[in-house]
Order: sequence, then structure tokens, then C-alpha cells
Amino acid sequence: MRSAPATPANLTLKRIRRNPNVIIGSVVILALVIIAAIAPLITPMDPIKQDIWEKYAAPRGLIVDGQLNGTYVLGADELGRDVLSRLIMGTRVSLLVAFIATSISLVFGVILGALAGYVGGRLDNVIMRVMDVLLAMPGILLAIAIVATFGPNIVNVMMAIAIVRIPAMARVVRSEVLALKEEEFVEAGRALGLSSGRILFRHILVNSWAPALVIAALGMGTAIVAEASLSFLGLGTQPPQISWGRMLSVGRDAIRSAPHVTLYPGIAITITVLGFSLLGDGLRDVFDRRLGDN
Amino acid sequence: MVHFSPGDPIRIMLGDDAEPAEVERLTKLYGLDQPAYVQYVRWLGRAVQGDFGTSLRQRQPVTKLITEKMGATVELAVASLLIAVLIGVPLGVISAVRRNTWVDFGSMFVALVGVSAPNFWIGLILLSYVALYVGWIPVFGRAEWSFFEALLAPFRGQGFGPLWDSLRYLLLPSITLATSIMALITRLTRSSMLEVLSKDYVRTAKAKGQTPRLVVYRHALRNALLPVVTVIGVQFGSLLGGAIVVETVFAWPGVGMLIITSIRTRELLVVQAAVLMLAAIFAIVNLLVDFSYSFLNPRIRYA
Repeated sequence: MRSAPATPANLTLKRIRRNPNVIIGSVVILALVIIAAIAPLITPMDPIKQDIWEKYAAPRGLIVDGQLNGTYVLGADELGRDVLSRLIMGTRVSLLVAFIATSISLVFGVILGALAGYVGGRLDNVIMRVMDVLLAMPGILLAIAIVATFGPNIVNVMMAIAIVRIPAMARVVRSEVLALKEEEFVEAGRALGLSSGRILFRHILVNSWAPALVIAALGMGTAIVAEASLSFLGLGTQPPQISWGRMLSVGRDAIRSAPHVTLYPGIAITITVLGFSLLGDGLRDVFDRRLGDN
Repeated sequence: MVHFSPGDPIRIMLGDDAEPAEVERLTKLYGLDQPAYVQYVRWLGRAVQGDFGTSLRQRQPVTKLITEKMGATVELAVASLLIAVLIGVPLGVISAVRRNTWVDFGSMFVALVGVSAPNFWIGLILLSYVALYVGWIPVFGRAEWSFFEALLAPFRGQGFGPLWDSLRYLLLPSITLATSIMALITRLTRSSMLEVLSKDYVRTAKAKGQTPRLVVYRHALRNALLPVVTVIGVQFGSLLGGAIVVETVFAWPGVGMLIITSIRTRELLVVQAAVLMLAAIFAIVNLLVDFSYSFLNPRIRYA
């Protein structure tokens, strides 16, 4: 079999395949995405059906009396709803909120960072000082302040998380653009008479996606925790939406009698964040080495 | 920003069945009938003088409310930082020295989980699996004394009771808040140590026949700690943010609890001021960290 030519793209793909962090992270995330996509099909019970007799029922496990069990595998919550089914449905909200928030911060971060880096001068100053102001507060504090002001609902949560994440993205893209601006291919583009917009968006940005991708992957983890924190404080998703943070918030009232209600959503969050940090760290290693080769 | 938020604070203060005349009188009294920009400029003018107005519900100056709680938050953050450093640095050193052994893999796995797990959840787990089975650990709240007062108690002839009490209450919240930064410090110490251990001066130290212990602690660790100290400084600010959530878990009476309860009662004046004061502390700490670089590392000197 002929091997693929050693273009930079193929080399990067090869490194990605050889990086265990990227592989494990991707597998975890892919599994979660699949669970979220087919969630209603795989919940063993109705996630919103209440059963007062089963209030805080203890986990029964997968095997009962030698047979496969589908009821209250991970126990029930304060209204007798199945924890496992709610956990599966909660995957949707948690991933979706994180994904949309990260996408918004990606779009705005890239645009602002690119403009600041490419145009420079006064515009750079204005944009980066605004970013500094946003960075002057702990992220979760800023998110709480935003949600407290505009009211707790899922849209405001996404906006708040996105705003918190924009500065990190803008900074990274700006420094990347600053470096690429001096490269020969940009000069060549200018010599050919290309417009600034075309050079920036068609030539510089397509070459600076790597660090943005790393920040986005790491940002997904941050966003998941932020959503959970806000929901835990009662400032995030509201019922009847099911999110892991809300499950923790509700389960907290019964940590003495029914610790299983808080245990499993936390494990779900931890695994998800772990997946995204492994992916982010792994991608950083891959791209760093690529930069090193040059 | 507060102006655009839903809910009328005067109505919330007086209740739904309040007299319209009374509502109007108080609205005028607190200047809430003025346009937004007038309110904002007035507020800003007073804020820079340290006056954040009066809490409508608690009828107390907001500044006083917050400074009372700030001590508890700072106490929690400092205790967490101490725990994180005292456990994280040795763990990182051991991992680096015993690279690729089960000690290394074990502590790196713990660190990875520590970074990924939301710390308020770790707090809940500690509550349900530790506090309920260990009688002397309180489930929530804070001792009557601040830690600083408790530290002075033996000298005042009050014995060690207050100190024990304050430590007891501080234990779980500070461990909870410490987890993620501890994990970060462990990972960073390890990678920094690994880098330093391969340096020439470490080889020289080994070559001149110094004991491995001295090589690690006197020659390598000193140099490896530089980036760690930087991160510790930067992370102190994020501890203040994390404290908001952790305080709610343990009913720790700090600024975080104040912010959350004030959001619930729609006392946004308090929220605004508390956020601003936490942000100010955050900024000051970051500034001090920047300055401390040149003291710690003689190779960097600011012009």
C-alpha cells in the first residue's frame, strides 16, 4: 500500500492519531454526543414521570435477581423520577449550552482578535482594553453578575458564558494574527493587490485556526462547569429543563438520605469535562509540535 | 446594568399590598425616579468614595454589609491556597522524581479528576460521605470567631478551644475550594520539576556527590517553583470566584453567600457593590503578582 504524501496536513493527522489524549478525549466526547442525539430513545424510563412511592429510591443496579433491570438503575430523585433517564436527557442541555456558548465566543473572539491584531493602532487599543476589563473579574463572578441582571434563563446563561470566554479567544487569535501578519504569504497577497479583508479572512485566519480550536475545546469544559454552577445556584436552566447542574441543586436537599441523587450528575460532569480537557491538551501538544517543526 | 433588570426593589421591600403613596415616597427617597444615567453617575460618584448606598432590605450601608463578610471569604480563600500548596507541591515533586511509577500515574490521575470535577460537587460529596460519618466535622456554617481571632485566643487566656472550633468549620469548605487549584499546582510542579531535573546544574550537583534529597530540594525545587508561584498568584483571584459557589454549599457566611442571597431577594445594589469589590481585590492581587515577578526572578527586572 502506498503511504500518503508527507504534507503538513497529513503529518498533523498522523500526530493526532498517535496522541492518546486526543484519542481518549474524542472517544468520550463522541460517545456523549451520540447519547445526547438519541437520548429519548435510550432512556429506560420516562424522565419526567413522577412516582411519589419511589421518592429517593436507592439505586437498584443493572442486574436484579439475575435479570437485566431497567427501573431506577441509579435510583430516584425527590419526586420519584428515574435518575439515569434524567441523566441521559440532561446530556442534551449541558452539551448544547456549552456548545452554543463556545461557538458564540469563538465567532466574536476570532473577529475581535483578528481586527485588533490586523488593524492595530487605536482599534487594537480599544478592543483589548475592553477585553482587559472583562478579564479583570473572576469568570464565574462575571457570569453571575450578567445572569443576575438579565434574569435566569437558558439563553442568558449561554450569553453570560460566551461573554466570559471571549477575551481568552480574542487574545490568542490576536497574537496569532500579529505573528502571521509579517509572513511572506501576506506580503505576497498585498503585492497581488488583494484587499485587506480578503487577506485577513481568506489567508491569515485560515492559518490561525489551530490555537483557536485548542481554546475552544478547553472552553467547552469550562462552559459545562459554568452552566452547572449557575444552575446549581438557581441562576441557570429552569424547570422543566433537565440539566446536570439542576439535578445537583435539587439533590443537595437530600445529601444525607439520598446521596445518589448528587453523586451521578457530578460524575457525568466530571467525565465530560475530562473528555474536553484531554482533547484540548492533546491538540495543543499536536499543534505545538507542528509549530516546533517549522 | 442593574437598571435594566426586572423587578422593582421598592415593591419587593414593602410587599405586594403596599400603599401606592408609600411606594412613590420611597422611590423618590432612593432616587429611583431619576433617569438611568443620572442614577448611574450618582452611584459612581459615591462608589469611588467607598459609599455604595444603603441596602433597602437590611437598612444597612452596603459597604458595611460587604466588609463584614469579606473577612470570611478571604479566610476561606487563604486557607484553600495553603492546603493546595502544602499538598500540591510535594505531590508534584514526588511525581517528577518517581516519573512513570504508579505514584506518578496515581497522582496525575487524581490531579486530572481534580481539575475536571466541579468543586462544589466535591463539596457535596464530602458533605454526604465524610461530614455525616465524622462527628466532629460540622455540616455547615462558620465558627463564632474568625481564624485570626482564634489564633490569638490562647494568648488571651481563652485556650485552644476557639482555634480548634474555627479549624473544624474551615476544614471541608477549604478542601473543597482547594481541589482544582491543588490539581493545577501538582501538574505544574511536576512538569516544571521534570524540566529542571534535566538541567546542567542539577547534573553538576549530582556529580559533586550531593545526596539525592539535597539535589531535589535545594537545587531543583527552588528553580522549579518560579512558574508555580506565578500560577498561585493568578489563581488566588479565581479562588475568590470559586468561593461564591462553595460558600453556598457550606452556608459559609462570606461575600459569595451575600451575593447569592441578594440576587434571590433582588437587592441588586448589594450584588453590584459586592461584585465590584471582589473584582477590585482580584485586580489588586494580580497587580501584586506582576510586581512580585521581579523579586522572585532576578533575571526579570522592570525598567
